[in-house]
Amino acid sequence: MFGFHYRLERKTIGMVLGIIGVASIGGIVEIAPLFTIHQTVEAAPDMRVYTPLELAGRNIYIREGCYACHSQMIRTLRDEVERYGPYSLAVESKYDHPMLWGSKRTGPDLARLGEKYSDDWHVAHMINPRDVVPESVMPAYAFLARTELRTDDLGKHLKAQRAVGVPYTDAMIANAPADAYGQASPDSPAAEGVVERYGKATMVRAFDGKPNDLTEMDALVAYLQILGRLTDAAHKPVASAEKQP
Amino acid sequence: MIGELTKSERQGALLILLALAVTGLAMAVGGSNDPLGTHGTLVMVVAIVGTFAVITGYYAPEPPESRLDSYYDTPTKFGIVAAMVWAVIAMAVGDWVAWLLAFPEWTFDAAWASFGRLRPVHTSGVIFGFGGNALIATSFYVMQRTSRARLPDQLSPWFVLFGYNLFCVIAATGYLMGVTQSKEYAEPEWYADIWLVIVWVTYFVLYLRTLNRRKEPHIYVSNWYYMAFILVVAMLHIVNNLAVPISWGSAKSYSLFAGVQDAMTEWWYGHNAVAFFLTSGFLGMMYYYMPKRAGRPIYSYRMSIISFWGITFFYMWAGSHHLHYTALPQWVQSLGMTFSVMLLVPSWVSAGNALMTLNGAWHKVRDDAVLRFMMVAAVFYGLSTFEGSFMAIRPVNALSHYTDWTVGHVHAGALGWVAMITFGAIYASVPWLWKRDGMYSAKLVEAHFWLSLAGTIIYVFAMWNSGIIQGLMWRTYNESGTLAYSFVDSLIAMHPYYIARAIGGVFFLLGAIIGFYNIWMTIRTASQAQSQAEPDYSAVGIEIPAVQPGR
Repeated sequence: MFGFHYRLERKTIGMVLGIIGVASIGGIVEIAPLFTIHQTVEAAPDMRVYTPLELAGRNIYIREGCYACHSQMIRTLRDEVERYGPYSLAVESKYDHPMLWGSKRTGPDLARLGEKYSDDWHVAHMINPRDVVPESVMPAYAFLARTELRTDDLGKHLKAQRAVGVPYTDAMIANAPADAYGQASPDSPAAEGVVERYGKATMVRAFDGKPNDLTEMDALVAYLQILGRLTDAAHKPVASAEKQP
Repeated sequence: MIGELTKSERQGALLILLALAVTGLAMAVGGSNDPLGTHGTLVMVVAIVGTFAVITGYYAPEPPESRLDSYYDTPTKFGIVAAMVWAVIAMAVGDWVAWLLAFPEWTFDAAWASFGRLRPVHTSGVIFGFGGNALIATSFYVMQRTSRARLPDQLSPWFVLFGYNLFCVIAATGYLMGVTQSKEYAEPEWYADIWLVIVWVTYFVLYLRTLNRRKEPHIYVSNWYYMAFILVVAMLHIVNNLAVPISWGSAKSYSLFAGVQDAMTEWWYGHNAVAFFLTSGFLGMMYYYMPKRAGRPIYSYRMSIISFWGITFFYMWAGSHHLHYTALPQWVQSLGMTFSVMLLVPSWVSAGNALMTLNGAWHKVRDDAVLRFMMVAAVFYGLSTFEGSFMAIRPVNALSHYTDWTVGHVHAGALGWVAMITFGAIYASVPWLWKRDGMYSAKLVEAHFWLSLAGTIIYVFAMWNSGIIQGLMWRTYNESGTLAYSFVDSLIAMHPYYIARAIGGVFFLLGAIIGFYNIWMTIRTASQAQSQAEPDYSAVGIEIPAVQPGR
């Protein structure tokens, strides 16, 4: 073996091919089957996609690096289920490009945050977390409430999402900016289109408390309120995985 | 510097800079109301400044043929200084965000100054800015000497270094503007990723070209590690960053993968960024500088082989231990745990090989702070690889995951191993490169060593304590069978440790600043003392590689 290596290390190409070969195996064995074994992701027929407003909020969550301190992955451990709710299923993040499972909980897990607190609470918390949780070390995000949400490119966002596999329809793409506005303006004519395209359960309300302007705060709160609510799969008895075709 | 390029290389540089300026202009126009446009302007300005620099030196006399008789070390010098600049900036940002966790008000009411945007400046700045520059700089130095061959040309090393630093600047400024993919340790967006691929391929080709010119029949073990670093990082980077931009005029893209597949790909990348960036590359560094400084050959050639291939093979399976008890299928978790435990063998073989190399030179370790940096690095390498394997065991991970223990573990590796071996290697190379007998001040090296060690220990102990307390509080039940502590209770318990950690960081940062000053003064006194340069040691014969493995 060492004699073989003594000859191998005289050949650059031998070392290069050796490294590539040896280093490829792990990834091929562990990653490739995740795309082909369909039990990997459970079936959840009620799973819906993010609305344009929620997607915009998710992008703000990414932009501000929230994932560095908050996980969105409840592990299959008793204390986590009791603290946060039913453990996370793979299907719940199947439209998450990229996933935001996180790796650190400086703050609590957010996988089941949706509808746990009121919109008002979230807005107050974002403007200054210590107003509602005195011990909090979270940064203040007051600027979100005074920043107008950019909506003109939301159609492009949905289109790119469709390119990577999220089932957005042509109508959803065409109406993306209007739907973003409508979801945060319940009294406007645009509000109906949101429900029509994304389902009756879609929350349509002035998330930041101001019905007339569409701010980044609207988008972020809309996203936080949908966390864990895109499907009911996690609340149903386990077994959906085995019933897969 | 331009004077060191041949005429055709100067023309090549102008062409590259022109192409870069045009690309920058296209980005600036296409992304006029997007951060992409800001980065386009940045690229264009950099390219134009570079063009002027080349034009100014364009008619300087060509470098003499005699340059080919000595190694080409100017890029290494630049890389070392760049590494130290990044170290000071990124560690300062790191310490700032550490204080923010104890006192969240210590910042400005501005988007760029919030924890979430500053943190990746710290992580990328330290890993890619400091670590990457140090790796590229030392790899140029080491491959020339262990191959007894000069770099094949003068242009490509500069392209690699400047291109790489441009990537780092785009990354760091991007985070401040909110440009991020959110993939941990792979945050830069698609256009920065594409640029890095171009730079990286040039780096790899440069490495191969130098190796092919070598006058040593065997490729020295350092180069195996540097090659693994370059090759595997390329593999990881390309696969993990596959994404679809929303348009050519926008910085935003969406990852090709989603959910569980994305999580596995990300941690396959993330863990192996640790393996091949922060371990392989720096082992390459250690295998050259430690024996060289100690004046002892590597203890065992066979141990080098076993650990090299062991690390290259096992590490690639270990990423899934970041996803224990998650929605990732259990078979992948079990594979990840198994390989993580096995990984301890090649890791400790490496660490043992390094420490045994010091046999017969322990008096030097006592007297020489530079060698002591390297010794402590090897010890921390051993400690943190043990800790890593331990934390990858599922029930242990149940406690440690999501807590500060992970942060402590990472810093035991990053401060104790990566930074210490780098400081050791830099302190060894600076006098060699600038032709001095030693550093400007040996006392300051000594001070830097003790500050680094104290800082690391304070940091790691603080995080061990906070992490374990956190993990235990989250899972403690009271007598009535309900959870004993709220999340906020655990947060309050962290407060003293967060202060301690930030103080540890101050020590470490102070050490780095002293190191920077010491290096700067060594360079200054060198340039004053040596206006007439003596010939370099020869690339053709005299210099024998430090430690050619025995049979």
